[in-house]
Amino acid sequence: MSETVATARKISDLANPTRFIALADKLVPWLAALTLIVLAVGLYMSFAAPEDYQQGTTVRIMYIHVPFAWLAMMCYTIMSVAALGTLVWRHPLADVALKSAAPIGAVFTALALITGSIWGKPMWGTWWVWDARLTSVFVLFLIYLGIIALTRAMEDPTRAARAAAVMTLVGFINIPIIKFSVDWWNTLHQSASVVRMGGPAIDPSMLWPLLVMALGFTLLFFTLHLMSMRTELWRRRVRTMRQLAARRAEARA
Amino acid sequence: MSAHDAYVAAAYGITFIVLAGLVVAVLADQRGRKQELAELERQGERRRSDRGAAY
Repeated sequence: MSETVATARKISDLANPTRFIALADKLVPWLAALTLIVLAVGLYMSFAAPEDYQQGTTVRIMYIHVPFAWLAMMCYTIMSVAALGTLVWRHPLADVALKSAAPIGAVFTALALITGSIWGKPMWGTWWVWDARLTSVFVLFLIYLGIIALTRAMEDPTRAARAAAVMTLVGFINIPIIKFSVDWWNTLHQSASVVRMGGPAIDPSMLWPLLVMALGFTLLFFTLHLMSMRTELWRRRVRTMRQLAARRAEARA
Repeated sequence: MSAHDAYVAAAYGITFIVLAGLVVAVLADQRGRKQELAELERQGERRRSDRGAAY
Protein backbone atom coordinates (compact mmCIF):
# COMPACT_ATOMS: atom_id res chain seq x y z
CA MET A 1 0.00 0.00 0.00
CA SER A 2 1.44 3.38 -0.99
CA GLU A 3 2.00 6.09 1.59
CA THR A 4 -0.77 8.36 0.24
CA VAL A 5 -3.28 5.56 0.39
CA ALA A 6 -2.16 4.74 3.94
CA THR A 7 -2.61 8.37 5.03
CA ALA A 8 -5.99 8.59 3.34
CA ARG A 9 -6.96 5.38 5.08
CA LYS A 10 -5.94 6.81 8.45
CA ILE A 11 -8.07 9.93 7.89
CA SER A 12 -11.08 7.94 6.80
CA ASP A 13 -10.62 5.63 9.80
CA LEU A 14 -11.17 8.67 12.00
CA ALA A 15 -14.59 9.11 10.43
CA ASN A 16 -15.61 6.01 12.34
CA PRO A 17 -16.97 7.31 15.67
CA THR A 18 -15.85 4.23 17.60
CA ARG A 19 -12.26 4.68 16.38
CA PHE A 20 -12.46 8.39 17.12
CA ILE A 21 -13.58 7.71 20.70
CA ALA A 22 -10.72 5.25 21.17
CA LEU A 23 -8.27 7.88 19.89
CA ALA A 24 -9.78 10.55 22.17
CA ASP A 25 -9.51 8.17 25.13
CA LYS A 26 -5.79 7.86 24.43
CA LEU A 27 -5.10 11.55 23.75
CA VAL A 28 -7.19 13.37 26.38
CA PRO A 29 -5.13 12.50 29.51
CA TRP A 30 -1.86 13.51 27.80
CA LEU A 31 -3.34 16.71 26.38
CA ALA A 32 -4.85 17.63 29.76
CA ALA A 33 -1.52 17.11 31.55
CA LEU A 34 0.37 19.10 28.91
CA THR A 35 -2.23 21.91 29.14
CA LEU A 36 -1.76 22.19 32.91
CA ILE A 37 2.04 22.25 32.63
CA VAL A 38 2.14 24.86 29.84
CA LEU A 39 -0.45 27.08 31.56
CA ALA A 40 1.45 26.86 34.87
CA VAL A 41 4.70 27.87 33.15
CA GLY A 42 2.88 30.61 31.21
CA LEU A 43 1.28 31.96 34.38
CA TYR A 44 4.65 32.10 36.10
CA MET A 45 6.20 33.88 33.10
CA SER A 46 3.28 36.35 32.94
CA PHE A 47 3.92 37.53 36.48
CA ALA A 48 7.72 37.35 36.22
CA ALA A 49 7.72 39.54 33.10
CA PRO A 50 8.61 43.22 33.55
CA GLU A 51 5.91 45.86 33.76
CA ASP A 52 5.21 47.90 30.66
CA TYR A 53 6.56 51.45 30.76
CA GLN A 54 3.17 52.81 29.74
CA GLN A 55 0.63 50.20 30.84
CA GLY A 56 2.39 49.31 34.09
CA THR A 57 1.17 46.05 35.62
CA THR A 58 -2.04 45.98 33.55
CA VAL A 59 0.06 44.63 30.64
CA ARG A 60 -0.37 41.23 32.39
CA ILE A 61 -4.03 41.27 31.35
CA MET A 62 -2.73 41.09 27.75
CA TYR A 63 -1.24 37.62 28.40
CA ILE A 64 -4.78 36.26 28.76
CA HIS A 65 -6.77 38.76 26.69
CA VAL A 66 -4.81 38.29 23.44
CA PRO A 67 -4.86 34.44 23.51
CA PHE A 68 -8.62 34.48 24.17
CA ALA A 69 -9.17 36.78 21.21
CA TRP A 70 -6.99 34.58 18.97
CA LEU A 71 -8.76 31.43 20.11
CA ALA A 72 -12.20 33.00 19.65
CA MET A 73 -11.30 33.40 15.96
CA MET A 74 -9.44 30.09 15.63
CA CYS A 75 -12.38 28.19 17.09
CA TYR A 76 -14.76 29.87 14.65
CA THR A 77 -12.44 29.05 11.74
CA ILE A 78 -12.35 25.39 12.81
CA MET A 79 -16.15 25.42 13.00
CA SER A 80 -16.32 26.88 9.48
CA VAL A 81 -14.07 24.11 8.12
CA ALA A 82 -16.31 21.63 9.94
CA ALA A 83 -19.35 23.29 8.33
CA LEU A 84 -17.78 22.64 4.92
CA GLY A 85 -17.17 19.08 6.09
CA THR A 86 -20.88 18.70 6.77
CA LEU A 87 -22.15 20.37 3.60
CA VAL A 88 -19.54 19.29 1.03
CA TRP A 89 -17.99 16.04 2.20
CA ARG A 90 -20.78 14.89 4.55
CA HIS A 91 -18.14 13.79 7.02
CA PRO A 92 -19.95 12.10 9.94
CA LEU A 93 -17.77 13.79 12.57
CA ALA A 94 -17.89 17.30 11.07
CA ASP A 95 -21.17 18.26 12.69
CA VAL A 96 -20.05 16.73 15.99
CA ALA A 97 -16.93 18.92 15.81
CA LEU A 98 -18.95 22.06 14.98
CA LYS A 99 -21.58 21.56 17.66
CA SER A 100 -19.14 20.78 20.46
CA ALA A 101 -16.74 23.63 19.59
CA ALA A 102 -19.42 26.35 19.75
CA PRO A 103 -19.83 26.61 23.56
CA ILE A 104 -16.04 26.59 24.06
CA GLY A 105 -15.63 29.32 21.44
CA ALA A 106 -18.40 31.36 23.08
CA VAL A 107 -16.64 31.15 26.46
CA PHE A 108 -13.29 32.25 24.97
CA THR A 109 -15.00 35.14 23.16
CA ALA A 110 -16.76 36.22 26.36
CA LEU A 111 -13.42 36.11 28.20
CA ALA A 112 -11.73 38.18 25.48
CA LEU A 113 -14.48 40.80 25.88
CA ILE A 114 -14.42 40.73 29.70
CA THR A 115 -10.62 40.87 30.10
CA GLY A 116 -10.41 43.56 27.41
CA SER A 117 -13.01 45.59 29.24
CA ILE A 118 -11.18 45.27 32.57
CA TRP A 119 -7.97 46.42 30.83
CA GLY A 120 -9.83 49.26 29.08
CA LYS A 121 -11.09 50.88 32.25
CA PRO A 122 -7.66 51.85 33.69
CA MET A 123 -5.93 52.30 30.29
CA TRP A 124 -8.58 53.95 28.09
CA GLY A 125 -10.69 55.34 30.91
CA THR A 126 -13.75 53.40 29.76
CA TRP A 127 -15.09 49.84 30.08
CA TRP A 128 -16.46 49.82 26.56
CA VAL A 129 -16.57 51.75 23.29
CA TRP A 130 -18.57 50.80 20.21
CA ASP A 131 -15.53 50.88 17.93
CA ALA A 132 -15.14 48.50 15.01
CA ARG A 133 -12.94 45.92 16.79
CA LEU A 134 -14.96 45.68 19.98
CA THR A 135 -18.28 45.68 18.16
CA SER A 136 -17.22 43.01 15.63
CA VAL A 137 -16.01 40.73 18.46
CA PHE A 138 -19.29 41.32 20.28
CA VAL A 139 -21.10 40.29 17.08
CA LEU A 140 -18.93 37.12 17.01
CA PHE A 141 -20.14 36.35 20.54
CA LEU A 142 -23.77 36.77 19.43
CA ILE A 143 -23.15 34.50 16.40
CA TYR A 144 -21.74 31.82 18.74
CA LEU A 145 -24.88 32.07 20.90
CA GLY A 146 -27.06 31.78 17.80
CA ILE A 147 -25.21 28.65 16.63
CA ILE A 148 -25.45 27.09 20.10
CA ALA A 149 -29.21 27.75 20.18
CA LEU A 150 -29.63 26.34 16.66
CA THR A 151 -27.65 23.13 17.32
CA ARG A 152 -29.85 22.45 20.35
CA ALA A 153 -33.20 23.57 18.95
CA MET A 154 -33.81 20.59 16.66
CA GLU A 155 -34.38 17.08 17.89
CA ASP A 156 -32.95 15.43 14.75
CA PRO A 157 -29.14 15.92 14.67
CA THR A 158 -28.88 15.61 10.86
CA ARG A 159 -31.36 18.45 10.24
CA ALA A 160 -29.75 20.62 12.91
CA ALA A 161 -26.36 19.88 11.32
CA ARG A 162 -27.24 21.44 7.96
CA ALA A 163 -28.83 24.53 9.49
CA ALA A 164 -25.90 25.09 11.86
CA ALA A 165 -23.36 24.56 9.05
CA VAL A 166 -25.06 27.15 6.80
CA MET A 167 -25.31 29.67 9.64
CA THR A 168 -21.65 29.11 10.60
CA LEU A 169 -20.46 29.71 7.03
CA VAL A 170 -22.56 32.87 6.71
CA GLY A 171 -21.10 34.13 9.99
CA PHE A 172 -17.53 33.49 8.81
CA ILE A 173 -17.62 36.84 6.99
CA ASN A 174 -17.15 38.39 10.44
CA ILE A 175 -13.69 36.81 10.96
CA PRO A 176 -11.78 38.93 8.39
CA ILE A 177 -13.82 41.92 9.55
CA ILE A 178 -12.53 41.38 13.12
CA LYS A 179 -8.96 40.85 11.93
CA PHE A 180 -8.81 43.92 9.69
CA SER A 181 -11.21 46.16 11.66
CA VAL A 182 -8.27 47.96 13.24
CA ASP A 183 -6.80 48.74 9.79
CA TRP A 184 -10.02 49.57 7.95
CA TRP A 185 -11.54 51.85 10.57
CA ASN A 186 -10.27 54.35 13.06
CA THR A 187 -10.52 52.36 16.27
CA LEU A 188 -9.56 52.94 19.88
CA HIS A 189 -8.25 49.37 19.83
CA GLN A 190 -4.61 49.15 18.80
CA SER A 191 -3.57 47.43 15.59
CA ALA A 192 -1.80 44.06 15.40
CA SER A 193 1.54 43.89 17.23
CA VAL A 194 2.44 40.19 17.02
CA VAL A 195 1.27 38.90 13.63
CA ARG A 196 2.31 41.79 11.40
CA MET A 197 4.64 42.63 8.53
CA GLY A 198 8.16 43.18 9.82
CA GLY A 199 7.79 40.84 12.80
CA PRO A 200 6.38 41.36 16.29
CA ALA A 201 6.54 44.87 17.75
CA ILE A 202 6.73 43.62 21.34
CA ASP A 203 9.88 43.15 23.39
CA PRO A 204 10.80 39.43 23.78
CA SER A 205 10.39 39.73 27.58
CA MET A 206 6.68 40.24 26.97
CA LEU A 207 6.32 38.25 23.75
CA TRP A 208 7.40 34.95 25.33
CA PRO A 209 4.83 34.90 28.18
CA LEU A 210 2.18 35.82 25.61
CA LEU A 211 3.16 32.96 23.27
CA VAL A 212 3.39 30.39 26.07
CA MET A 213 -0.03 31.41 27.43
CA ALA A 214 -1.44 31.28 23.89
CA LEU A 215 -0.06 27.74 23.48
CA GLY A 216 -1.49 26.74 26.89
CA PHE A 217 -4.98 28.01 26.08
CA THR A 218 -4.81 26.43 22.61
CA LEU A 219 -4.03 23.08 24.26
CA LEU A 220 -6.91 23.69 26.68
CA PHE A 221 -9.19 24.32 23.72
CA PHE A 222 -8.21 21.07 21.98
CA THR A 223 -8.49 19.06 25.21
CA LEU A 224 -12.00 20.36 25.91
CA HIS A 225 -12.98 20.05 22.25
CA LEU A 226 -11.94 16.39 22.08
CA MET A 227 -13.76 15.66 25.35
CA SER A 228 -16.91 17.44 24.14
CA MET A 229 -16.82 15.64 20.78
CA ARG A 230 -16.55 12.29 22.57
CA THR A 231 -19.47 13.25 24.84
CA GLU A 232 -21.54 14.36 21.81
CA LEU A 233 -20.94 10.97 20.15
CA TRP A 234 -22.11 9.26 23.34
CA ARG A 235 -25.20 11.53 23.42
CA ARG A 236 -26.07 10.45 19.86
CA ARG A 237 -25.47 6.83 20.75
CA VAL A 238 -27.85 7.12 23.71
CA ARG A 239 -30.47 8.73 21.44
CA THR A 240 -30.16 5.97 18.83
CA MET A 241 -30.29 3.20 21.42
CA ARG A 242 -33.43 4.71 23.00
CA GLN A 243 -35.10 4.99 19.58
CA LEU A 244 -34.26 1.37 18.80
CA ALA A 245 -35.54 0.29 22.20
CA ALA A 246 -38.80 2.21 21.64
CA ARG A 247 -39.22 0.69 18.18
CA ARG A 248 -38.66 -2.82 19.53
CA ALA A 249 -41.14 -2.20 22.35
CA GLU A 250 -43.67 -0.98 19.78
CA ALA A 251 -43.15 -4.07 17.61
CA ARG A 252 -43.71 -6.32 20.59
CA ALA A 253 -46.92 -4.52 21.59
CA MET B 1 -1.87 46.77 46.29
CA SER B 2 -2.29 49.50 43.71
CA ALA B 3 -5.55 50.14 41.89
CA HIS B 4 -4.00 48.63 38.77
CA ASP B 5 -3.22 45.39 40.62
CA ALA B 6 -6.93 45.11 41.41
CA TYR B 7 -7.76 45.21 37.68
CA VAL B 8 -5.18 42.49 36.98
CA ALA B 9 -6.52 40.38 39.88
CA ALA B 10 -10.10 40.83 38.61
CA ALA B 11 -9.17 39.80 35.06
CA TYR B 12 -7.30 36.65 36.19
CA GLY B 13 -9.91 35.86 38.87
CA ILE B 14 -12.87 36.04 36.50
CA THR B 15 -10.94 34.04 33.88
CA PHE B 16 -10.21 31.31 36.43
CA ILE B 17 -13.85 31.12 37.57
CA VAL B 18 -15.25 31.07 34.02
CA LEU B 19 -12.74 28.44 32.76
CA ALA B 20 -13.29 26.27 35.86
CA GLY B 21 -17.03 26.49 35.15
CA LEU B 22 -16.45 25.40 31.55
CA VAL B 23 -14.30 22.43 32.61
CA VAL B 24 -16.90 21.37 35.23
CA ALA B 25 -19.70 21.66 32.64
CA VAL B 26 -17.78 19.52 30.11
CA LEU B 27 -16.99 16.91 32.78
CA ALA B 28 -20.60 16.85 34.07
CA ASP B 29 -21.97 16.36 30.54
CA GLN B 30 -19.45 13.57 29.94
CA ARG B 31 -20.39 11.86 33.20
CA GLY B 32 -24.11 12.13 32.51
CA ARG B 33 -23.85 10.55 29.04
CA LYS B 34 -21.55 7.80 30.32
CA GLN B 35 -24.11 6.91 32.99
CA GLU B 36 -26.94 6.88 30.43
CA LEU B 37 -24.93 4.53 28.19
CA ALA B 38 -24.09 2.24 31.11
CA GLU B 39 -27.77 2.19 32.13
CA LEU B 40 -28.89 1.29 28.59
CA GLU B 41 -26.30 -1.45 28.35
CA ARG B 42 -27.45 -2.84 31.68
CA GLN B 43 -30.96 -3.00 30.26
CA GLY B 44 -29.55 -5.14 27.46
CA GLU B 45 -29.85 -2.52 24.72
CA ARG B 46 -27.47 -3.00 21.82
CA ARG B 47 -25.89 -0.34 19.69
CA ARG B 48 -26.82 -0.03 16.06
CA SER B 49 -23.08 -0.19 15.30
CA ASP B 50 -23.23 -3.81 16.44
CA ARG B 51 -25.09 -4.30 13.19
CA GLY B 52 -22.66 -2.20 11.17
CA ALA B 53 -24.09 1.36 11.11
CA ALA B 54 -22.33 4.57 12.14
CA TYR B 55 -23.49 5.22 15.70
